[in-house]
Amino acid sequence: MSFDINEYYSRLNGGDVLMAFKGSISSELISNVLEVVESKMDEYSESSKIRKKVYNVLVESLQNLYHHIEVLPEAMQKDYEDKFGILVVSRHNDRYKISTGNFISHDKVDVLRNKIDKINSMGKDELKDMYKFILNHQRLSEKGGGGLGLVDIARKTGNPLDYTFEKFDDTYYFFNLDVSIEFV
Amino acid sequence: MEALSIEGTAKTPSVKFDGQEGVIEIKGRSIPENSIEFYKPLVEWLEQYSGSPLDLTQVNVQLEYFNTSSSKCILDVFKKLETIHKGKSEVIINWYYEEDDEDMLEAGEDYESIIRVPFKMIEIVE
Repeated sequence: MSFDINEYYSRLNGGDVLMAFKGSISSELISNVLEVVESKMDEYSESSKIRKKVYNVLVESLQNLYHHIEVLPEAMQKDYEDKFGILVVSRHNDRYKISTGNFISHDKVDVLRNKIDKINSMGKDELKDMYKFILNHQRLSEKGGGGLGLVDIARKTGNPLDYTFEKFDDTYYFFNLDVSIEFV
Repeated sequence: MEALSIEGTAKTPSVKFDGQEGVIEIKGRSIPENSIEFYKPLVEWLEQYSGSPLDLTQVNVQLEYFNTSSSKCILDVFKKLETIHKGKSEVIINWYYEEDDEDMLEAGEDYESIIRVPFKMIEIVE
């Protein structure tokens, strides 16, 4: 196996970790995570601007996982439940970092990679136009996803989306996304 | 017609649609995983209201957070209001945002540029 999920998970645990989770991403889990992270940001007496940005980006990151997670690779099924995802929220000297990870079948890698590269190549105004175009022209999927999550994250953070795809087996890659929200 | 009133939750906003007064309010957080279900009765209520709206309809949107799933449903609500505004009846959308919340102000401006209804951006100062 070329990619070790536990090693990857422990690597993410830098800075002050507000929340680290690996397992099934359910609606209840999302509610719990939001509540915990919100109260921890209160403890840090974070400005309302930072609190709002982190909260917004966290909602989109978690709901991206929730909407897009696929069936687990067979090799993982004995250890983990379905809808498996990873989330780490950490606070560093100059920023918050939200890391998410999930398995993705290899035929979807290129589409996602192209989408993120396109978003990363865009400036503020282009992202705004792209957001408004998708908002106005694309319909919501049955599950409620709208294809706007990543664009919204890029707009709100003003930072490129940092990602990797690691090969897991012949069918799956592991997709990691790191989003930074800088203190201003 | 009967007013529509929904209590807010951790993931969904409070809603008060009053056809007698011509006042429509959405307040709180709108971050459900699937927003279609939540917004369906709102759009349906407006559909009915658009049959005989008051001369002036005031819309108050005061959201603390909303997710991208909700953003499309909110657009659907605004499109219904646009239809009402295109008729003989006037509609004003009051978009509230907290002091320093530039993202929420910008979100209101996004809608303002898409929807042909007058918007008022109102800053809430604590």
